[in-house]
Amino acid sequence: MKALAFAATLVTGAILLYGTMDFPAWGDPQSPAATHLASYFIENAVPETHVPNLVTAVLGDYRGYDTMFETVVIYCAGLAVIAVLRRSKKS
Amino acid sequence: MELIVAKYNYWIYVVLMMIGFYAMIGKRNLVKKLIGMNIFQTAIILLFISAGVKHGSKIPIVDKYEVLEKGVDVATIVNPLPHVLMLTAIVVGIAVTGVALAILLRIYREYGTLEEDEILEKLGK
Amino acid sequence: MKEVQARAEALKVGESIIIQTAVRILVPFIQIFGLYVIVHGHYSPGGGFQGGVILGASFVLIALAYDLKYSMNYMSERVNIILGNTGALIFVGTGVLCALFGGLFLDYAALDALIPLGPVEWRSFGIFIVEVGVGLAVMSIMVSLFWDLSSNGGLDEGL
Repeated sequence: MKALAFAATLVTGAILLYGTMDFPAWGDPQSPAATHLASYFIENAVPETHVPNLVTAVLGDYRGYDTMFETVVIYCAGLAVIAVLRRSKKS
Repeated sequence: MELIVAKYNYWIYVVLMMIGFYAMIGKRNLVKKLIGMNIFQTAIILLFISAGVKHGSKIPIVDKYEVLEKGVDVATIVNPLPHVLMLTAIVVGIAVTGVALAILLRIYREYGTLEEDEILEKLGK
Repeated sequence: MKEVQARAEALKVGESIIIQTAVRILVPFIQIFGLYVIVHGHYSPGGGFQGGVILGASFVLIALAYDLKYSMNYMSERVNIILGNTGALIFVGTGVLCALFGGLFLDYAALDALIPLGPVEWRSFGIFIVEVGVGLAVMSIMVSLFWDLSSNGGLDEGL
């Protein structure tokens, strides 16, 4: 069983390493991740929101919907832990 | 060889990810599986953060008045979008870990063990 | 788990006066730093999530150094639940308020109709309101997670 798991790990790792051949090089300014939407945020976030920290500007304003449901997710996690574990004082 | 040197960071993340993957599918203890899941998640977070790096660039905190007057050169600032996404992913990961630990405590309360085969044995009866 | 608890009681873990005094002196500074991280998120690394975790960690520190019962004098179960709900409601309420004043959901520039500060300044200030809400929610959930996980749901004796 352990040998099977180890073999599966090796095969998956080899496939992932083969997949990285098509990835952009480390620190490439022309990589696809740095060219489409990110340049808009870097150029326009400060004039549009007056927030110097670009991460906060994108987190709170442009992706506010995402952040809101993230808060809901962690809130639901707290409720789930209470529902699973908490024992009432009476019993 | 050139290909490997330019992309050595991906090798690190794949090795880290496979350590977590082996812990998830190879170990019998449920807590060890959970630790493997956290290692797996850390590898993914590092992969995304490294996707935002540009050579010779600064952190994504800019001088407000300078930018308002002169504008900014995109190539000198790190891509902020992966940072935002991974901030989200870290918090969701904490929520997942908390719920998983709660369920493990509940399993321990019911069955008195966290070993997978012993739980299956008790379930089979 | 019973063995661990018995050994901890035999060793009197957590009853050290040095640790308790150090924690009592440190905790206000940790809380001030947490508030600073939340409020200063516009200008330095930080924001609601990080500051909320620091604030929650200060209460966890009290519970670790003293006892779970003693730490609940500082933050009771009722206050914790109220703060968590308030945090989540601040975030959602800000979005609904924006929609009520004629903008899109979470479009803070629409709040200009409420207090005229200018749309750009309102986008900056809206982010601040939202970050405070996130900080409250995260702090309360962190403390609640620690309480339940450390006392196995009983809230009577912690680690």
